Amino acid sequence: MSAKSRRDFLKLAGLAGAGLVTAPSRVWSSSEQEVSNDEELGMLYDATKCVGCKACMSACKRVNGDYGSLSYEQAPFDPDKLWDAPEDLSGSTRTLIKLFKESPRQWSYVKYSCMHCQKPSCVSVCPVKAMTKDRQTGIVDYNKDACIGCRYCQVACAFNIPKFQWNKAIPQIVKCDLCKNTNLKTKGISACAETCPTGAITFGKRGDLLHEAKQRLAAQPARYVDHIYGEHELGGTNHLYLAAMPFTKLGLPELSSKAPAEFSEKIQHTIYKGFIAPVALYGTLCCIALRNMKKGAGQEGEQTEQGDDHES
Amino acid sequence: MSHDDYQVHRAKILTPSFYVLATLALIGFALIVLRYVKGIGAVSNLSDGYPWGIWITYDVATGTAIACGGYAVAILVYIRNKMHYHPLIRSAVLTSLFGYGLAGFSVMVDVGRPWNAYNFFLPSHWQGNSAMFEVALCVMAYTNVLFIEFLPAILTRVQQTNWSRARALLERYHGRFGLDTAIILQKLERVRQGALWLQPKLDRVLIFIIALGITLPTMHQSSLGSLLLIASTKLHPLWYTGFLPLLFLINCLFIGYSIAILESIISSFGFKRPFEVEQLAGLASIIPYLTVIWLTVVVGDLLWRGQLGNVLKLDFYSCFFLLEFGLVATGSLLLFSRRRRRSPRWLFITAALIVLGGALYRFNVYLIGFNPGKGWHYFPSLAEVMITVGIVASEILGYQVLVKFFPVLPRLHGHELPAATISSHSDTH
Repeated sequence: MSAKSRRDFLKLAGLAGAGLVTAPSRVWSSSEQEVSNDEELGMLYDATKCVGCKACMSACKRVNGDYGSLSYEQAPFDPDKLWDAPEDLSGSTRTLIKLFKESPRQWSYVKYSCMHCQKPSCVSVCPVKAMTKDRQTGIVDYNKDACIGCRYCQVACAFNIPKFQWNKAIPQIVKCDLCKNTNLKTKGISACAETCPTGAITFGKRGDLLHEAKQRLAAQPARYVDHIYGEHELGGTNHLYLAAMPFTKLGLPELSSKAPAEFSEKIQHTIYKGFIAPVALYGTLCCIALRNMKKGAGQEGEQTEQGDDHES
Repeated sequence: MSHDDYQVHRAKILTPSFYVLATLALIGFALIVLRYVKGIGAVSNLSDGYPWGIWITYDVATGTAIACGGYAVAILVYIRNKMHYHPLIRSAVLTSLFGYGLAGFSVMVDVGRPWNAYNFFLPSHWQGNSAMFEVALCVMAYTNVLFIEFLPAILTRVQQTNWSRARALLERYHGRFGLDTAIILQKLERVRQGALWLQPKLDRVLIFIIALGITLPTMHQSSLGSLLLIASTKLHPLWYTGFLPLLFLINCLFIGYSIAILESIISSFGFKRPFEVEQLAGLASIIPYLTVIWLTVVVGDLLWRGQLGNVLKLDFYSCFFLLEFGLVATGSLLLFSRRRRRSPRWLFITAALIVLGGALYRFNVYLIGFNPGKGWHYFPSLAEVMITVGIVASEILGYQVLVKFFPVLPRLHGHELPAATISSHSDTH
């Protein structure tokens, strides 16, 4: 019996070890391509059409101020409190226009806000489902009533989009939700896209936006860099970009076409599939420990004659 | 399992180190109050680029590894059936209990919305894809398991006491504050009876709790590595690998054995007890096997991913990698010598090297090798460091005090304690 259970344990341990070791290689060798859902809602930002009026920024704060806990910011250069000039996306600002200068005469505006990934890392890592992706609209939304404030979403996001309110006693995460509960609900369009006077922000379904972007690229190839940022980045995003400058210069990182969440989830699922491995481990450990204890009690019993209770 | 392997350490509680540690703890806790009033930004240098600083990196990721002494020694005693290490386990479990308890406490300081933490217990909020979810539940469960594992020490103490201290206190204040000595003593006696009743029942199921206490760290220590699997674009390729869970698991084991050695040597030295060289030499002989496996996986993985060039670049990242690697490798090489394994001094040095190297690995993964992009920098603020120092100080303080109340340290055989330390203590068995 004991020899058998030991052999079983060794077999099990070997299997578990082999599983743990081969898991990563299996994950890497698999090349299944997730098909992107082009029915989801998104935005196309055309940097060549943007004039930098920042109407989108003020519309965002006007519409989402109360619901999204946004506020105006005082810049360090502004002792008279005359500007709303956020340095970056922050716990008060969901969307932001920046201006990249290649030279004093060559420049490009760029708009930052949540990319609404097809396979969002933030949703994958959130331990309490505070970050969710709507199945129909594809909107990546945040629920402050579930959030524990662990900031794992910030660690996970390759675009550094989720922002935390560092100077509040009751803080929350701030990020774009495509006006899900405000403008989109009332007017069917995000506030920034509605406000944009030059048509730099187009709101719509991802498929239509991609189609539109490809048409623009085909019609005026000289005007653009030949790349739709977000078409494939990290498995595709619903926020798409067209620009005349290389995207890395606009602060958009160069990324592979694989969603990081697919890799991490595969490893996690391999280890915890059906919770079999932990239960098997626990069972095996119990068996071994019990057997060891009985053996120990037996020896003790022989030494001290009898009378010791054998259960402990 | 015999509960007679342990004894209460009889010595003064209010030592100079008690006051130093208590002061540090007070400063830390004052800063924690400030954090809750003014926000995390008021005391820390954390930013949207570096949302996790030393609280997560040290208190949680490294602190729980350092608290793996209980886990590592339990594997040795109950699974590998080396019962002669049994005397080491209670102090290892106590330090693990403090390590995990305070890691949990640090998390509550670190998270922004701790009042929502109950969501971990609502199945509608469970999120199996999240390594954090797994870590959180496991750590909470394991802290409870550690407490149950430590319970026999408390029960034994309660059974043997005659409440002399409580009796003295009560007699002093008899009649005041509405205290009636007789009634309270009656109630205390009922507590003692309860302990007598509970102990054999607990002994019977304890082994299943102990097995759980080995399963849970296996799960969450590997998941602490999985936490960073999502950061493929931010973690430096020297450390970003699919083997993170495996590396973290082996890492916590060799840290666990090393820390058990360190704790034993330090408490022998601090409490003026003889060194437990026999057991420590045995522990030390296990460590090199684990580190060799770990180092092999690290090197093999780097070779496979073609990262050896990055190792030898001698830039910021490569230097930290080589330091981590060198510390662990040096410590293990030294431990291959049988003579060094029997010298308390060498045991201390090698164990310290390995703990430092193993801890640096965790720092490298969580902080030093983590680069969220251009323009972000992080170095902890003084207040942030003081909060961590305060938490660690209260941990050491708690250990120091509790070993003087409960039978935790291994029973001494044939060694008489100096008479002075006995007489300074009025409480008797």
